[in-house]
Amino acid sequence: MGLSKPDAGGPDAGGPDAGGPDAGRPAIVSVEPTGGEGWITTRLDFLVNWGRSNSLWPMPFGTACCAIEFMAAAASKFDLARFGMERMSFSPRQSDMLICAGRVPFKLAPVLRRIWQQMPQPKWAISMGACASTGGMFDNYAVVQGIDTIIPVDVYVPGCPPRPEGLIYGIMMLQKKIMTERMSNKSLRNEMEPDPTSKLYIPAARIDEISEPFGNSVHQTRSAP
Amino acid sequence: MSKFEIVRPGSGNLEKPVTPKNVPNRGGEANPSGTALKEQFSTAVLRIDVVNGETTVLVETSKVLDIVRWLHDDATQSYEYLSDVTAVEHRDLSMPIEVVWHLRSIKFRRFLRLKTQLTKGAKLEVPSVWPVYKGADWLERECYDMFGITFAGHYDLRRILMWEQYKEGFPLRKDFPLRGRFSRSEQLRQALDANPEAKYSMEELNVADTFEELPLDMRARIASGEKTGE
Amino acid sequence: MATKRTIEVELSTSGLTKEGRPQRVPLVTKGTLGGDTGVALAEPPSLELEGEHMLINIGPQHPATHGVLRLVLELDGETVVRCIPHVGYLHCGFEKIGEYRQYNQIIPWTDREDYLNSIGNNVAFALGAERLFGIEITERCKVLRVIAMELSRIASHLVWLGTTCIDIGAFTPFLWSFQERENIYNMLEGWVGARLTTSATRVGGMAADIPDKWLEGLRGFISTFPKTIYECDRMLTRNAIWVGRTIGLGVMSPDEALNYGLSGPMLRASGVAYDVRKDFPYLDYETYDFDVPVGTNGDVYDRYLVRVEELRQSVRILEQAVNRLPDGPVNVDDPRVILPPKHKATSEMESMIHHFKNVMEGPRPPAGECYVAVESPKGEKGYYFVSDGTSKPARWRIRPPSFVNLSAISKMVEGHLLSDVIAINASIDIVMGEIDR
Repeated sequence: MGLSKPDAGGPDAGGPDAGGPDAGRPAIVSVEPTGGEGWITTRLDFLVNWGRSNSLWPMPFGTACCAIEFMAAAASKFDLARFGMERMSFSPRQSDMLICAGRVPFKLAPVLRRIWQQMPQPKWAISMGACASTGGMFDNYAVVQGIDTIIPVDVYVPGCPPRPEGLIYGIMMLQKKIMTERMSNKSLRNEMEPDPTSKLYIPAARIDEISEPFGNSVHQTRSAP
Repeated sequence: MSKFEIVRPGSGNLEKPVTPKNVPNRGGEANPSGTALKEQFSTAVLRIDVVNGETTVLVETSKVLDIVRWLHDDATQSYEYLSDVTAVEHRDLSMPIEVVWHLRSIKFRRFLRLKTQLTKGAKLEVPSVWPVYKGADWLERECYDMFGITFAGHYDLRRILMWEQYKEGFPLRKDFPLRGRFSRSEQLRQALDANPEAKYSMEELNVADTFEELPLDMRARIASGEKTGE
Repeated sequence: MATKRTIEVELSTSGLTKEGRPQRVPLVTKGTLGGDTGVALAEPPSLELEGEHMLINIGPQHPATHGVLRLVLELDGETVVRCIPHVGYLHCGFEKIGEYRQYNQIIPWTDREDYLNSIGNNVAFALGAERLFGIEITERCKVLRVIAMELSRIASHLVWLGTTCIDIGAFTPFLWSFQERENIYNMLEGWVGARLTTSATRVGGMAADIPDKWLEGLRGFISTFPKTIYECDRMLTRNAIWVGRTIGLGVMSPDEALNYGLSGPMLRASGVAYDVRKDFPYLDYETYDFDVPVGTNGDVYDRYLVRVEELRQSVRILEQAVNRLPDGPVNVDDPRVILPPKHKATSEMESMIHHFKNVMEGPRPPAGECYVAVESPKGEKGYYFVSDGTSKPARWRIRPPSFVNLSAISKMVEGHLLSDVIAINASIDIVMGEIDR
């Protein structure tokens, strides 16, 4: 299942020693002899996650109408600066979070992929709007049916375009997700690599399956009345 | 800083324009350019219709550039402004493809539609009006990209909206399905193959002009016949 | 005790060339550095530099390109020798989809192509469809559509102002213009329910009539908005930095502008007084009293002045429209295109049949074709319909003003500097959604 990054492990999952890549390695300072998570690592995780989630520097990959709502979210009325996102970093190398706002056609897909690759870890992605999440109303030859076929997405914000409050809700959801991360879970920072033969990032059958029209949409590919 | 003379529309037409009301489907008031064209190019003008208040003139394909040039240059017509170049393929696949030009005369406040028909079995080619209107540049490239119609005389006819190595075909043709010919994963694969760092494609640089100024490694690559990318 | 030493520097000329640019001259010091040495600094660089042209790539992801535009520039130092624009990074197949949708179903797509002028696009589409169907809309609908078009013109010019200021370096007008846009968003949301992608019109009328007290909100906006225009004007119009960055850039003469097919403020700034509202009027625009600003130099500064003046004229039109709004129905009384009211559709058989046919099959126009152009904030926006008598158009063509305006950029930036490219690009006021469709 490669659609999104591996589960960070919520508060209910076991600690990093539970079968993960660090199984068997002792924690930095082990106060509890039972082998659960150390108190200092927990505090350190909290501090790091708190710092990361409250100073996310977004990289607005704005293409269409959602970009205008993103700009409205960054403007005075729905200020994003109070979330630590004052600095919109347009260079991917200096950003943490990619907000893909708007529809992504196939011509733009390699560009989006390249921008994602240029971002250094830790990085997260928000897919803003219906077109970025699933292709939206553009179920045709030109539009990628969801950017999760190209990059791993953490939060999907529905809407066409989502209201700035909706985007802020999505950002806060991402902040909560970041707070549940564990530093010792190294798989969180894995880079998604393409399959060398097919050059795709998730299996081709999966792409075809999630891109199919569903429900009443089959009626909408008929041109003659 | 230069100062231009203000060009005021309607200087050749003293009537004040009003919003058209109750425009009939057929048989409205014709644009006088229609009859003027018929007098000037008698055999090339095949039909004149007035549909929804707009005069549509069907002309022969080979004479399009001459007609457009006459409409642009002649003082009584003065169509200085090309609004659009596009093509229409009808659902009835036996009908020919029509290429449509929308012209406006700012001086006389007139609108004219020129059409020509291309039968589908033959090569889809029309003369380009780029020598007369520079605005036809991208409009004709888009028409080529979407329909596959070549515009003879255009200086640089290549795809503009899809990427240049797009293999699926010409999207606005009626035999092109809405969701494309290939499967989604195949479309994605072909899209991701395109190199986003290709700053230019070798075809698009007018190599003869700039060859001396290009860097040496680029000159070597052009000489070796490499096609795209950097 | 340390003695104070001064070095006197004498310039050999006044420092300015005859065009008013700084001149580069050698500096010669009057030798107090431990003796009368007369240290001469390095030779000034010669004006003829040997070198190669550089090809740089701007975009497609770059904040200053107003969307996903890619410009490949061939530079000689900092001067642009050639510019090759690449578009198509937002091509989403609008025209193809139009052939698979009924006329009323296409209206949400018209929102999304020029998304800054969405309600204006809705009106333009509805005007074209109504000409095709042969329907005359009601008087109230006409005035409401004029209000909608002018509000969206103001909204679009505000985005242009904000983003151009950011491109040139001033951040504050962006916040002011987006704050005013919030006021417009509130009004649109009260009317049609959506801020940005409105889908406000239907063939034969509007999706909804304005609610109670909406006009008071509009009157409030009309009274407060001119102050914002004044503030932006005061900040920018006689500002030395703004004028220095925009005067003389990207000049297009009237003949060139007409030949390249430019329209809207680009064309008017070059001295051609062509405005579709005045020359090929629609929605009774000839009965409104407004001026069309026309520039004289065709540069970026004139385009700025034209657009700011258009904001003022739009407010003028809005005042007149608000005062003349008649009562009456918004939708035309034609059951072949307009859905019946819900209480009738659920109780009367005939209304139910009309509702069913309009929703399942859609209204069908007679066979024919029709091209209707309106004055969008970007230029002449046209919709060309070809109908074969069925409920879905055989061809739906969008005549995009920004597409044709942008094709002139290679001509406009030749010989300018790299930072001027950004300013010229901003002045064209492009929307990639409309260019790529």
